[in-house]
Amino acid sequence: MSNDTNRNFWEKLLMIDRRWIYLTIGIVVFVPLLFRIGMPVYVTTEVQNVYDYIDALPEGAVVMIPCEYDPATMAELRPMAYALFRHCFSKNLKILSTSLQIEGVTLVKDDLAMIAAEYGKEYGKDYVFLGYKPYPSVVILNMGENFRKPFPKDYYGNNLDSLPMMKGVINYSSCACIVNINATSGADYWINYANGRYKAPLALGVTAVMATDYYTFLASGQIFGLIGGLKGASEYEKLINHTGPAARAMDVQSIAHTVIVIFIVIGNVAYFASKRKMRNF
Amino acid sequence: MRREVPLLIVFLFGLFMIVQYFIPHAKFAFWYQEFNNWTIIIGIFTMIVGIGSLLSVHYSKIRFRQEGWGYSLVTIVALFGMAIVGLLGGTEGDLFLKLYRFGLSPVTATMFSLLAFFIASAAYRAFRARNVISTLLLAAAVVVMLGRVPIGEILGGWLPRWLQLPNIADFLLNVPNVAAKRAIYIGVGLGVAAVSLKIILGIERTWLGGDGGKR
Amino acid sequence: MDRVKFLIPTFILFIIAISCVPAAAADIVADSAIAILPPNVSDVIVSDKPNDPGGTLVVEWILPDSAALAAMPIKGVNIYLSGNHDGPFELITSLPKSALHYECSDLQDGESYYFKVTATANGLESDGITSAAGIPSGQWFNTERLPILIVVILFSITAITFIIKARGGYDFYVRPIAGIKAVDEAIGRATEMGRPILYVPGLGSAADVATIAAFTILARVAKKVVEYNTRVIVPNYDPVVMAICQEVVKEAYASAGKPELYDPKDVYFITQDQFPYTAAVNGVMLREKPATNFYMGMFYAESLVLAETGFVSGSIQIAGTDQLVQIPFFVSVCDFVLMGEELYAASAYLSREPQQLGTLKAQDLGKVTVVILIIIGVILSTIGMSGFANWFNVG
Repeated sequence: MSNDTNRNFWEKLLMIDRRWIYLTIGIVVFVPLLFRIGMPVYVTTEVQNVYDYIDALPEGAVVMIPCEYDPATMAELRPMAYALFRHCFSKNLKILSTSLQIEGVTLVKDDLAMIAAEYGKEYGKDYVFLGYKPYPSVVILNMGENFRKPFPKDYYGNNLDSLPMMKGVINYSSCACIVNINATSGADYWINYANGRYKAPLALGVTAVMATDYYTFLASGQIFGLIGGLKGASEYEKLINHTGPAARAMDVQSIAHTVIVIFIVIGNVAYFASKRKMRNF
Repeated sequence: MRREVPLLIVFLFGLFMIVQYFIPHAKFAFWYQEFNNWTIIIGIFTMIVGIGSLLSVHYSKIRFRQEGWGYSLVTIVALFGMAIVGLLGGTEGDLFLKLYRFGLSPVTATMFSLLAFFIASAAYRAFRARNVISTLLLAAAVVVMLGRVPIGEILGGWLPRWLQLPNIADFLLNVPNVAAKRAIYIGVGLGVAAVSLKIILGIERTWLGGDGGKR
Repeated sequence: MDRVKFLIPTFILFIIAISCVPAAAADIVADSAIAILPPNVSDVIVSDKPNDPGGTLVVEWILPDSAALAAMPIKGVNIYLSGNHDGPFELITSLPKSALHYECSDLQDGESYYFKVTATANGLESDGITSAAGIPSGQWFNTERLPILIVVILFSITAITFIIKARGGYDFYVRPIAGIKAVDEAIGRATEMGRPILYVPGLGSAADVATIAAFTILARVAKKVVEYNTRVIVPNYDPVVMAICQEVVKEAYASAGKPELYDPKDVYFITQDQFPYTAAVNGVMLREKPATNFYMGMFYAESLVLAETGFVSGSIQIAGTDQLVQIPFFVSVCDFVLMGEELYAASAYLSREPQQLGTLKAQDLGKVTVVILIIIGVILSTIGMSGFANWFNVG
């Protein structure tokens, strides 16, 4: 009788309704958002490299920060965009940005304008947003020749040559570096064309899932830094001494990951226990 | 001719694209740019074909009151509504931005957020130590999951630095992960080259539709 | 009295002399100020940019030596351009002192151009050094890409050799691919259950190799579907892909002599937005409850959402993608997975055509060659001879 109960228990655990798992994850994600724990963040080499490179740039240097994220991925990539914009503006660097993903153009435009306003930066003088054009591979190739080829005008319809910041800014070689924040496979085009063909110093900010793919390019030196997911964004926030959304999300992510690991352990224990019961039976 | 003409076009343009990669001269660069522009224009026209298909499917659902016809009505209203609002008021118009910020944006973000729940249920169900390889996968997953968040630093803080979870996670990402990815990239790269060669030479013809004109 | 007469002019002269001294000193100071300019850069060389379409010249210079810089550190350089050696020069750009070269583009091929490079500091500018004439021109062959050309030629020759061999009757062995073997069984299962098959060709365009491989497998699936009289639903992300899928499925029905059974509403376009497309496909899965789901092509973050929903609806799932990051998600949820190259090999595996098998073998030989080259490169680089590895470092 007790054996039947135990076997049923392990089998029940293996066959648990997935909605219990969803509910647990829901609670585990929601509660830490209400009560800040403030877990310490350690900085990895790949993020430090991006910070150091930008930090060493002289005042007035142009940093290109193309952002390809949309509402789906903005939770992961927007914090790193904010951190990069803040770092650049605080060092009086100029930002040139585009968004080659149609769903994210409005987001990126608004984000850049919001952070620029925080630092009292002026459009056209301190930052320029080129906007969107289709077929990112073609656009990235053309920008290597001249930004004016795919973008004769910026997002707001201003002639590029009429913008004070764009004087002397012709192509990638006029920019100190490119930090591409990307949630799409378009990151490969930046590596192949911007860095591969035009030798522009390139760093990437990508989602955590994508980051594993780009360690190969980091190891080969094709990118000088890599900011991976919300963790990478929180590291950058720590480096610029600004507690932003990523730092707060680290509490949530830590607890959620721990809970998933606990689920995996429970699942394995139940699996082996039910296997043993089957063998004994 | 129905098959020969497309095959000839593919052969000529494919050959040009290979040749222009090695010839940087402005004359070739101009035609490369021109052909890329043609691709963009053709791509935009094919959108009309796609929208035609979408309307056809949903219109017949609405007309014959098939199951779920209400959703088809919502689809068509949303398609035309958004297009009209954008065309009349511009993409910076107040209504268009409101529809984007308070309609499309939260819905898209919600779909992506489902991944958190699905990953948990998939991990619970699939990560079993059935054999050596699946145990290695399981162990690597646990190490990286914990090592890449602050709690990993806290949990193993008492261990020597090289045994701490973040360090092991970094090692896994920078060494075996890079090695395996490079190997797969090389294989995939050769595969892409082989398939591209087959398409240019007309050996691979399924893109023509049908049976590809097999002999 | 004589003394006073002598003193007064002397005094007046003295006053005049004193008032001139500051001016003289000021002149001396001013002359010194004009004389203390930033030190000039040196060795200004202009050359045609190699391996380019034309119209670009590269200007290079060397910074002043450390002694000169210690006397007056420079802040940046100005680059001037003219069509004549003697000017007039026009300022084209200002660069920080760390810049040691500049590429000037949008020039006319065949025309002579002269550059003057000056150093700047504290609002002052050096006289500048004028370069010799530079004449831009385009190149007809990119020498940096010679290794790639050699590899392409060798690979093509190998592929053609194997194709000829295969056409001559040589039987190449191709290892079984579990995912493809399972296709027929999965379709049979759907027929037995009386439920449709869902075929998702991925989020790639028709130009992507993975999508082309998806067409091949769809052709196979469509052929079987017609034989078994089952329905196949193909929701599409890309309109061009949709058009090709429609042709593939229509042709399958026509070849089997049942063109009237083809329903174009089963092969349709949804949207070119990632998660709305995913939501729509999920809806199809939950409403139509397909017995078998095929995910073939390029997938991104939506892969797990699709696969989990398919699992919930109780379908057998066969996936194939070359997106490395998504393979683990498919492996953990789907019943069979074609990983990377296995997807590309599908067309050769299914058709067994000599041309297809020949190229597959050429691919395998290519991989062996790469492994050998890596080993040679590692050994040579370890003993300090990195020239071999650098030869493959192509821009």
